[in-house]
Amino acid sequence: MDGTPHRVAADITLAAALFNLGVRAPRRSVLGESRGPLCGMGICFECRVRVDGVDHRRACLEPVRNGMVVETGG
Amino acid sequence: MADGSLLTTDVAIVGAGPAGIAAAVAAANRGASAVLLDSAPRPGGQIWRHRSAAELPASAARWLQRLRHSTVTWIPSATVVGMHRARALLAEREGREFSVRWRRLIIATGATERFLPFPGWTLPGVLGVGGLQAMLKSGAEVVGRRVVLAGSGPLLLPVAAALARAGARVAVVAEQAPAARVYGFAAGLVRTPGRLAQAAAYRSAFLGARYRCGTWVVRIDAAGAGLVVSLTDGRRVWTELADLAGVGYGLVPSVGLAHLAGCEISDGCVATDRLQRTSVPDIYCAGEPTGIAGADSAIAQGTVAGTAAGMASGPAEGAPARRAGTALASTRGFAARLSRAFGLRPEMHALADASTIVCRCEDVRLGRIDRGWTMRQTRLYTRAGMGPCQGRVCGPALEFVTGKPADSPRLPLFPTPVATLAAGPPPSEGDT
Repeated sequence: MDGTPHRVAADITLAAALFNLGVRAPRRSVLGESRGPLCGMGICFECRVRVDGVDHRRACLEPVRNGMVVETGG
Repeated sequence: MADGSLLTTDVAIVGAGPAGIAAAVAAANRGASAVLLDSAPRPGGQIWRHRSAAELPASAARWLQRLRHSTVTWIPSATVVGMHRARALLAEREGREFSVRWRRLIIATGATERFLPFPGWTLPGVLGVGGLQAMLKSGAEVVGRRVVLAGSGPLLLPVAAALARAGARVAVVAEQAPAARVYGFAAGLVRTPGRLAQAAAYRSAFLGARYRCGTWVVRIDAAGAGLVVSLTDGRRVWTELADLAGVGYGLVPSVGLAHLAGCEISDGCVATDRLQRTSVPDIYCAGEPTGIAGADSAIAQGTVAGTAAGMASGPAEGAPARRAGTALASTRGFAARLSRAFGLRPEMHALADASTIVCRCEDVRLGRIDRGWTMRQTRLYTRAGMGPCQGRVCGPALEFVTGKPADSPRLPLFPTPVATLAAGPPPSEGDT
């Protein structure tokens, strides 16, 4: 994540992994406010991050994978 | 799945919660081919969200097993973004688009949590009640975290219990509905003993915490890494310190896809007949989009819809519908009692002030919205509802705060690469 390797549980979502790593706000809003997950189910888009080079992936819908490259905007 | 690929099926089912799973299994049991799609990586929807099957109640595990052993084609991580005119869904999976052509469509899109904007609801660490539950079920660790839960509805209790079991310290559970109505609702559960036993079990799981009715959050402020939650009972205001807050006001039926398909919506719910048929031929709807009534009702409705849609010769008024009919009648009574008990009090309309952000995607503050505008004007002038959530979060919130009816849903239902839309046939009307 953001250039640093992390070891996380295998069967969790990326949103949970970020939460457990202490990342409360994986993105910044239009006005630059820190934002974190709200709905946890793919509706609000507040947990979106860049995954393996693809923008706007909803962390709450992404299972963690070995070698996953995650860039937060927080 | 290859980009631009086309699947053809007798029955397509959107949403793999209890209703969608029951519908898909029933359709397959009738000999129909069935394709089941959901945006989540695993079937189960929100209520049966799980990391391993061992966490699930036996009945839920049985449904997932029925699905696995059926002929249903299950497509995980697939977000439906729209509909083609020619009876086809347009969907996106891992950045690639594909279409599903159907003879019958079953909409089982469930419900989303109702969020009401209040000062501080955008702070990191402030989630929905269901949002906190979803994070917990997805592997978030909350040991030792101090949590305030607030809002309304029966979801507060099981989430408080789950948090306590996971090692969190639940400081207070604040229910905005007055105690008399909540306990009246609980007494009514005697008619559904299973639910009463469930409620008692939830309450005993977090006995250390206070469950306060007639209490709601007025604002949340950040304090260092933590939160200061201001609560009121209408007479005085006090604060609670917390690491996390879950605030949600019940559930809103997800009717976006049904609306886009042209199905009649009445009082925010998809209108269906006894066979779960919508107003549009060959489109069925089951579960929460037809009214918030819980998993048992969703399974019953899904079974009826899947059975009817799976019959090759067209749905006949037959035995399966009558059998599930009894279950439907009792769960509809439950839905009515639910909305009576947890109706939102007038004070909820005034939680947001002029500086409160109402559209989180576009950071639109309430003060920028003229109360005289229609929802469409609000969208055009401020971009409220134009962000990636496509009005799913701010739509119901604005509707409640301003008292103006929501817009019709916009295409795409979810943000999608432009190529996905360009590749398909022209989208049906519904956009403006």
